[in-house]
Amino acid sequence: MMGNTMSLVSAALKEGRVAPTELCQRCLSLIKSTKFLNAYITVAEETALKQAEESEKRYKRGQPLGVLDGIPIAVKDNFNTAGIETTCASNMLKGYISPYNATVVQKLLDQGAVLLGKTNLDEFAMGSGSTDGVFGPVRNPWSYSRQYKEKSVPKSHSEDKDSNWVITGGSSGGSAAAVSSFTCFAALGSDTGGSTRNPAAHCGVVGLKPTYGLISRHGLIPLVNSMDVPGILTRCVDDAAVVLGSLAGHDPKDSTTIQDNFKPFELSDLTDVSKLSIGIPKEYHAPGLSSEILALWSKAADLFKNAGAKVIEVSLPHTRYSIVCYHVLCTAEVASNMARFDGLEYGHRSDMNKSTESMYAATRREGFNDVVRGRILSGNYFLLKQNYENYFIKAQKVRRLIANDFVKVFGSGVDILLTPTTLSDAIPYMEFIKEDNRTRSAQDDILTQAANMAGLPAINVPTALSERGLPVGLQFIGRSFQEKQLLTVAKWFEKQVKFPMIQLDEVKRHDHGVFQHQKSASFLEHRT
Amino acid sequence: MLNCYLKGQQEHERPEFIPYAHLRIRTKQKVTVEVLDHLEHLALVDFRDSEGVERLQKAIQFADQLHEVNTDGVEPMDSVLEDRCLYLREDDVTEGNCTEELLKNAREKVEEYFVAPPGNIPLPKLEERETFLKGS
Repeated sequence: MMGNTMSLVSAALKEGRVAPTELCQRCLSLIKSTKFLNAYITVAEETALKQAEESEKRYKRGQPLGVLDGIPIAVKDNFNTAGIETTCASNMLKGYISPYNATVVQKLLDQGAVLLGKTNLDEFAMGSGSTDGVFGPVRNPWSYSRQYKEKSVPKSHSEDKDSNWVITGGSSGGSAAAVSSFTCFAALGSDTGGSTRNPAAHCGVVGLKPTYGLISRHGLIPLVNSMDVPGILTRCVDDAAVVLGSLAGHDPKDSTTIQDNFKPFELSDLTDVSKLSIGIPKEYHAPGLSSEILALWSKAADLFKNAGAKVIEVSLPHTRYSIVCYHVLCTAEVASNMARFDGLEYGHRSDMNKSTESMYAATRREGFNDVVRGRILSGNYFLLKQNYENYFIKAQKVRRLIANDFVKVFGSGVDILLTPTTLSDAIPYMEFIKEDNRTRSAQDDILTQAANMAGLPAINVPTALSERGLPVGLQFIGRSFQEKQLLTVAKWFEKQVKFPMIQLDEVKRHDHGVFQHQKSASFLEHRT
Repeated sequence: MLNCYLKGQQEHERPEFIPYAHLRIRTKQKVTVEVLDHLEHLALVDFRDSEGVERLQKAIQFADQLHEVNTDGVEPMDSVLEDRCLYLREDDVTEGNCTEELLKNAREKVEEYFVAPPGNIPLPKLEERETFLKGS
């Protein structure tokens, strides 16, 4: 039951084979038993159960609000949730209880979804490992999977079995881990440089970054206003389409959402791939790309070719500058966005009382970690009068070049781009922390960042397991606002690759547990 | 703020940290103390230690790669939605009256006011501040 897709569980809820409260209880107890993953910062047990009860009443009356009614979901901790602590994994916002719901959260709640809790992330979503938050790093559920354990060579008897765990990727690592470990059926993340697709690839789940302007950012604590989007993490492409359907659309509270009418869609099964043109950007064969992933990427291209699609090599010449460009624009916008944290109206406040400025300085010294402070200072440097033209404006010009690269390629008849999502499979935490946050981000975001620069939709589809037994995903990038086409192709690809299900002992124990519905056994069989 | 760098300077003959000015920096521009001090003032965030300054140096070095790109005749891009009109809603009051809720999150308040320490007092100058940059 727990490993099922949202659509199947939704059908079960509708037919009365399982009750929303039961589903909620199972998820909550699974969260407790997978606490070592550190995926959740806050678990909203009471409110979740209340929401599940309300949902149950609606199902009994035969009036569910929709497919999402009664479905347990998790939300990344940089989205505001009324009455629930929102921390962004930072000391600056510890204890901050939002007075309002982010638009995307409100939309999900309006559809009857059950909010289980807030997931862990890198502090203020700055990072690519979900290791830099004040609540500690998130562990990749695949570290505890049978598939990984079978492939890992025990080094010595004395070595702590636990020290080999791998990272989830970031910064939406908690959300990805939550979906991957079956504690929820969908999760919200945010994507500024790849923060949804990177952990999705490492945790073997579907990570969708919608087009900039499609989904409201109202209530999402901003990192880079011109690139942030809420991201969707689910177990299959169909589920991502369902969640997208309930979230997309104009929001009067976010003036950067487009006013075009959005029509939620159902994905049809693609039977004829011959009309598709798939582009393979050669610059995405970036330095450091593992030979495993290169081979997988090649195989995927062949898969499309053999099915009759037109597969051509294309060029996005400014790809290698997207990280540098991002570095300047991101730090500049961060310097501006983090200025709101002064301790006066909300968040941490220092005891220093000599003057306003010294209070602000002390508050910010106490509240932010090194990564955040580093970015604020760099951002301020690039925005100094003497540097503005040379760095900030220059980066904006390079951004246009990057965006134009995509326009040219899509204009030449290519429908979808196929690229790897990450340079390698998830690495062990002990390895990851050897390099600092900025170096890691620069390395890990290289394949995902350009889509944010250009505002294009992109999706990670889990493709296969690496030699170490860890998930590897491939990325599809589509045209602006053409999510339907993007998801249709992604769904076809997902069907072809048949990515294996994670074999987690904790979950097996739960599913064979006390719950009696006879049909639940067949669900397990259905998915295995 | 207790500053271990300063303490170190006083106790040892040869400081453990090499002050930033003596670091060999590969970028053409060396970031001067004045600029670092200015940044601390603007950002109201401190460098904390030599690592913080190193971080900035590396960030600038990294960003310098941008100058390799030829951007003649290219307009800067603010937003990917630049071809569209920004949405403005009607200037009608649709929500508000949430004073109590908003005040809940503030630590220091009096009646319906947020309380701030006295303003218009500039941060002490570099020589008078306790900051890592002082020893440089």
